[in-house]
Amino acid sequence: MRVLAALSGGVDSSVAAALLHEDGHEVVAVTMKLWGGESDTGCCSVSEVEDARRAAAQLNLDHHVFNFGEEFEKHVVAPYVSDHAAGRTPNPCVECNRHLKFDVLLRRAELLGYEAVATGHHARIVTLLDGSRRIARGADTAKDQSYVLYTLTAKELDSVMFPIGEMTKEQVRSHAEALHLRTAAKPDSQDVCFITRASGRAAFLEQRIELHPGRIQDQDGATLGTVSAVEVVTLGQRRGLHLAGGAAARYVVDVDLPTATVTVGGPEGLLCDELELENLVWAADAVEGVMNLQCSAHGASLPATVTLESIGKGPAMVRVQWHEPHRRIATGQSVVMYADLETSTGLEEVVVGGGLVR
Amino acid sequence: MLRSLDGSTDRPSQAVDPSRAQQSDPLFTRADSGLEGFVDLDHAATTRLRPEIAEAMEPFGSLRYGNPSGSHSLARDAVRAVDEAREQIAEIVGCRPSEVIFTSGGTEADNHAVTGGLPARSSTPVCSAVEHHAVLDVVHALGGHTVGVNSDGQIDHADLAAVLNRAAESGAAVGVVSVMLANNEVGSINNLSEVAACIAEASHSQVAGESHIPLHTDAVQAAAWLDLRTAATAADMISISAHKLGGPKGIGALVVRESTPIRPMILGGGQERDRRSGTANVPGIVGFAAALRAVDAERAETNQRVSQLREQLIVGLLESVTGLSETVDRSAQIPGSCHVCIEGVDSESLLLLLEAEGVLASAGSSCASGAQEASHVLTALGIPDDSARGALRLWLGWDSTQSDVDRALLAVPAAVQRVREFGI
Repeated sequence: MRVLAALSGGVDSSVAAALLHEDGHEVVAVTMKLWGGESDTGCCSVSEVEDARRAAAQLNLDHHVFNFGEEFEKHVVAPYVSDHAAGRTPNPCVECNRHLKFDVLLRRAELLGYEAVATGHHARIVTLLDGSRRIARGADTAKDQSYVLYTLTAKELDSVMFPIGEMTKEQVRSHAEALHLRTAAKPDSQDVCFITRASGRAAFLEQRIELHPGRIQDQDGATLGTVSAVEVVTLGQRRGLHLAGGAAARYVVDVDLPTATVTVGGPEGLLCDELELENLVWAADAVEGVMNLQCSAHGASLPATVTLESIGKGPAMVRVQWHEPHRRIATGQSVVMYADLETSTGLEEVVVGGGLVR
Repeated sequence: MLRSLDGSTDRPSQAVDPSRAQQSDPLFTRADSGLEGFVDLDHAATTRLRPEIAEAMEPFGSLRYGNPSGSHSLARDAVRAVDEAREQIAEIVGCRPSEVIFTSGGTEADNHAVTGGLPARSSTPVCSAVEHHAVLDVVHALGGHTVGVNSDGQIDHADLAAVLNRAAESGAAVGVVSVMLANNEVGSINNLSEVAACIAEASHSQVAGESHIPLHTDAVQAAAWLDLRTAATAADMISISAHKLGGPKGIGALVVRESTPIRPMILGGGQERDRRSGTANVPGIVGFAAALRAVDAERAETNQRVSQLREQLIVGLLESVTGLSETVDRSAQIPGSCHVCIEGVDSESLLLLLEAEGVLASAGSSCASGAQEASHVLTALGIPDDSARGALRLWLGWDSTQSDVDRALLAVPAAVQRVREFGI
């Protein structure tokens, strides 16, 4: 097959490209230049592009750089900022996969006559008995990235490959070492690529929107302190509130932007029985019933009953009823639905869909 | 290189001009790298070393390897080669040999001219808004000012006068005005005599006593096409680079007229009459002079031939591609340049498809990571972002052929159509 391999400059994607090459595919490497600003991971920086280019050269692959900066700004960075301004907690990695890697890049690949796009994600693609494809968890469950890939539909999966999905991170690194790839010992990337750890989320948002100081209160309304930017406080947050010590752990149980008020309380205040999801994406058809739901990139997945409803006369929404009380999830976060389905290689836990918390 | 979309790896073989390829010489064998059979329409980026120049340079890397800063016979041999090259270059540029300072290339020459050397000029530099970054970024770094351009990409004289007057009113002395002879993206030519007259008038009207503001011109793209003896007479400083005219990379010159003060920017052994230290790049200097000589000797013929090819190319494109427009009127350009904007097309996609068909082009300057970036030149020309997104630069050179144009005229319309179909 003619495959376009997305190389970030990290070890996973380098090995993914290597495996395809070893399997006899006709592989061309590409690095997407998404972000021109400051970054910790260096993702998209000249040095990352150079690592990707050199890794491609070591594999004797041609290498291109695609500048998708405008699309990244439009589909990932701008919504990230406006979500925060509206009190939502977005997941930019999900949006980057949704709009950049598996939309813009996929279409670019098709334009150029490639049959598939490959990435270095830790996830597997399995085939159901009806022949349609689904995402299953990566073999390295600690590194599994199926959560951030839930926006891929079965149709898109027909032209996507995750070559390292069957490998552990350790196996990936040793394969890279065996090939003497210069990316072999690079540390894993962390967090949001366009936000530096040193200056943080608030400093980034501050350049684009006005942040508002807020008051912290307990559930009886008594003032406990202040926060410098209420827009970066998230439901369930415990750290960074600078509350007087001594008392039991307190969590953010409510953030009210219009009054700039953060309410904290004990962990019981975070629990809920239900959850509503919108902006749904289904791998194929919408499904209802009992399934396992995962609410963060590396969180546990827990059982719930899922039913479809409509929002007024508008689009479909999912109502999630947890089987055990579950911590509340901030609006804008992605929740991914997994179900055990029969595949060509046996029963597998696969992604059936997902959506954003309303 | 991307493979052709129809799956074939065979490309139509190019009509080979015997003068342009020496198949036996490894320098001219591209088969091993997979780089053969393409059409180079990116001559603004660089040009192919003329075969006779590689030959002229060769002895100075092997037998005649002396350092011209020395005094023994090996050194004297190198001195003579450098002196001769300097004289030849001076003759073609229209300056004295002593006015030629060899540099590592165009960027160094531009930096040197704008800063004036070390320490930096205490006065403010001014340049046109469409200068190469080698000028523009230095002007910005020194807190200078930029001047707008007209729709043909030429510096706006009224704006230049206004900028100079504003600077004078605020008490800031303008140390240099830098205006490129030909633009590296759209090919626009500036009339430097008119620019110099405009500067003289502005500085005369405001300053008590005669105060001459030096005019620098980046002639890096122009030197392959224009006779600098006449086109750059009015410039006090001229930047040239060898690799844009069929010479080697890593060598260029800054011409500084004797009346223009300049300090060194690179200190050390005091070469180039204390104006630029560092051991002379003898093979490069020899190749530079040989390339400039070849350009000068062939200029009339080359310009006429390439103008005709460019005319066919642009007319062919205008006829075959809807929504395609000439960015700058071709009458205002150097013969090799052809820059168009195509509506509803993303340049990056277009270039990748063209490459798959063996046609190498560009959208403008590339950034260090190799990605396509928005062009400050098109912004300064007032081209809307939507049109600038479909920028395509097809730049012909001394070795361009009829078959290059024919292939481009086949490839571009097909690629545009495909990009439009896919909407990306």
